[in-house]
Amino acid sequence: MSDPLTAPLHLVLDWHDWLNLFAHFLLLSLMSIGGAISTTSEMHRFLVEQHHWLTQAQFNDSIAIAQAAPGPNVLFVALMGWNVGLNAGSMVAAVLGVLVTMFGILIPSTAITYAASQWGHRNRHLRAVRAFKQGMAPLVIALLMSTAWILASAGGHGAADWRLWLLSLASCVIIWRTKLHLLWVLGAGALIGALQLL
Amino acid sequence: MKLPRSDQPPHQLSAQPATAPCRPASLRDLFFSFTWLALQGFGGVLVVVQRELVERKQWLTHEEFVEDWAVAQVMPGPNVVNLALMFGGRMFGLAGALTALAGLIVVPLMVVLVLAVLHARFAAYPAVQGALRGMAAVSAGLIGAVGLKLSSALVTNPIPLAWCAAISMTGFVLVALLHVPLLYVMSGLGGLGCILAWRRLRA
Repeated sequence: MSDPLTAPLHLVLDWHDWLNLFAHFLLLSLMSIGGAISTTSEMHRFLVEQHHWLTQAQFNDSIAIAQAAPGPNVLFVALMGWNVGLNAGSMVAAVLGVLVTMFGILIPSTAITYAASQWGHRNRHLRAVRAFKQGMAPLVIALLMSTAWILASAGGHGAADWRLWLLSLASCVIIWRTKLHLLWVLGAGALIGALQLL
Repeated sequence: MKLPRSDQPPHQLSAQPATAPCRPASLRDLFFSFTWLALQGFGGVLVVVQRELVERKQWLTHEEFVEDWAVAQVMPGPNVVNLALMFGGRMFGLAGALTALAGLIVVPLMVVLVLAVLHARFAAYPAVQGALRGMAAVSAGLIGAVGLKLSSALVTNPIPLAWCAAISMTGFVLVALLHVPLLYVMSGLGGLGCILAWRRLRA
């Protein structure tokens, strides 16, 4: 493949790299208020910029495939783990990557949410509970917009850039302002891309 | 495996005057219901959750859904996963929470891995690459749209709107443009938001 973005990586990961990956996703899980997608920028910094465990193209594809597939968006995390494993050279490593990233991203948040929701439901009128709920709201929105920005800016290069930005902007406005099903917009994006219009 | 209604945690029986008319019949029912709604959810599951659990199955009232969703958003972790955990937990305790979570994740995970393998096989085709570029651009837009939709909720936030806007924009600059690690942004700006909300809620 000639495109430098899809140039394959060949990694040698030893046990403490896997542990590092697991620990980082445990940490991301704790920070994933507003959804795992709001930690995407941090995943990008860690996986692509710092460790070079994923190519930019693999990073983008992981998110795009998970978005296009049915199911919760958090499955993009599994695909990142899968691709890190493939870069390390085998299907077994890929499955290990899925398990490490998925258990990492789910265990802390699941434990906290389960415990806290039982407590919070009974104490939902407490001032501290309301202050936390509502105090995080502006930041949650900032994180969603940041994720959109990073994904939109990661897509294109050179002359292709403005068309991808336009597509992102158009789909944003359509979903924001209309009740059109997401699938139509995703399908339209896929079609436009497949016809080499981007 | 059927559990009687009295297996709910006790606070559910007393605290909620208007509970939903229906509930899952069993853990199996819970698992397959969540699998089914996850498999309908292209590009995100939230809309399907609301349609299935509130409108069709009537396992949650609208009020319960809104309240659960607020908590699901506030807690760390994927929102829909959190909602499944909370719902399953209220129905069948810890077993219910884990069953709903597994229902949401296991089968869709396999689907997504199959798609990834297919993608790896066909990635060299320009049409496939183009389609994915198109979908990536669209999904960036979709996430932005969710942010914009939620931003209307800031109007009723106890934090003054100017402060909300300042926090949101600073957060955006720090994370999107300057790539500051999330932990610092979260503790700094998130903490500021909580303190502001706390002070305004005193009244």
